[in-house]
Amino acid sequence: MAKVKTLDDLRKMKDELKNKITLREKADDPESLVQIKVSMATCGIASGAKEIMNYFIEELDNQNIDAVVTQTGCMGYCYAEPTIEVTLPGEKPLVFGNVTTPKASEIIEKYIKGGELVDGIIPDSYNTF
Amino acid sequence: MALYSVVRMLEKKSRMKDLSMHVTDIARNSVEAAASQVIVSFGLDKKEGVLEVKFEDNGRGMSAEMVKRVTDPFTTTRTTRKVGLGLPLFKMSATQTGGSLLVESEPEKGTVVTAVFDVKHIDCVPLGDLAGAATLLITGNPGVEFQFIFNANGHSYSVSTTEIQDTLGEKEISQPKVVRFIKEMIQENIKDIDFDF
Repeated sequence: MAKVKTLDDLRKMKDELKNKITLREKADDPESLVQIKVSMATCGIASGAKEIMNYFIEELDNQNIDAVVTQTGCMGYCYAEPTIEVTLPGEKPLVFGNVTTPKASEIIEKYIKGGELVDGIIPDSYNTF
Repeated sequence: MALYSVVRMLEKKSRMKDLSMHVTDIARNSVEAAASQVIVSFGLDKKEGVLEVKFEDNGRGMSAEMVKRVTDPFTTTRTTRKVGLGLPLFKMSATQTGGSLLVESEPEKGTVVTAVFDVKHIDCVPLGDLAGAATLLITGNPGVEFQFIFNANGHSYSVSTTEIQDTLGEKEISQPKVVRFIKEMIQENIKDIDFDF
């Protein structure tokens, strides 16, 4: 594929992908997507949250998993950064701490794809909006 | 951040390694301050070795008294408004090159943070993955309108949330496939205007 450089390229690229990703239909109903929020305050950033966010974006794309990956503030678990919040469709949000790349991979393989719980969950009643 | 957390972070060798990390951090302050619009502009003069980074938001702003204390990590951690180490660390990165940091703010109007770096100074942090930081801010904060302006030696590149949304005809731009293309686009354009030091 040619490199995306202008906004026009970006639009063309999206049109090409139209068949592969069901952007509009799903986007109208975010509940039907896997939602990942990466804690990105000073503590998270300094601990490598950006690498983790990039890892999720690349891995979810490679595996064609419909998801939205966004940023959030400090959830108060600075000691366990990087932390992420994962919401599977129809499930309550779960917060995972000390998310390294291998842990991120485990979360995708086991929890996101299989609904199986993995170590590193932070018991939590925190509500992001 | 509690002291315990700070100790744990030092153990894990957590630190602000490059400018792109600061950019994410300071721009996220604006998001936390309920801004709906954030403009981040970079002005690089390679010949002089000067880089100016400016964050302008329309968030809730701060009182004059708060502005005075905002770059002090020890008086700010205990206020109800959560301002911690982000600005102090950014100030440190700027001033250790002989540069400066200025915070201007007005309650209910917004905040402007301006930092100046001497990029030729041996203590200047590297640029890092600026395209990645910009992309994740644009795609990772639905509801906040970001604009990034890069100026380097008379050349300029600008990209914004609205622009991307309008081009794609979508509000939703947080999906992995789209994020990757946006990053590629920003990366290519920054490279094109030779924004690097």
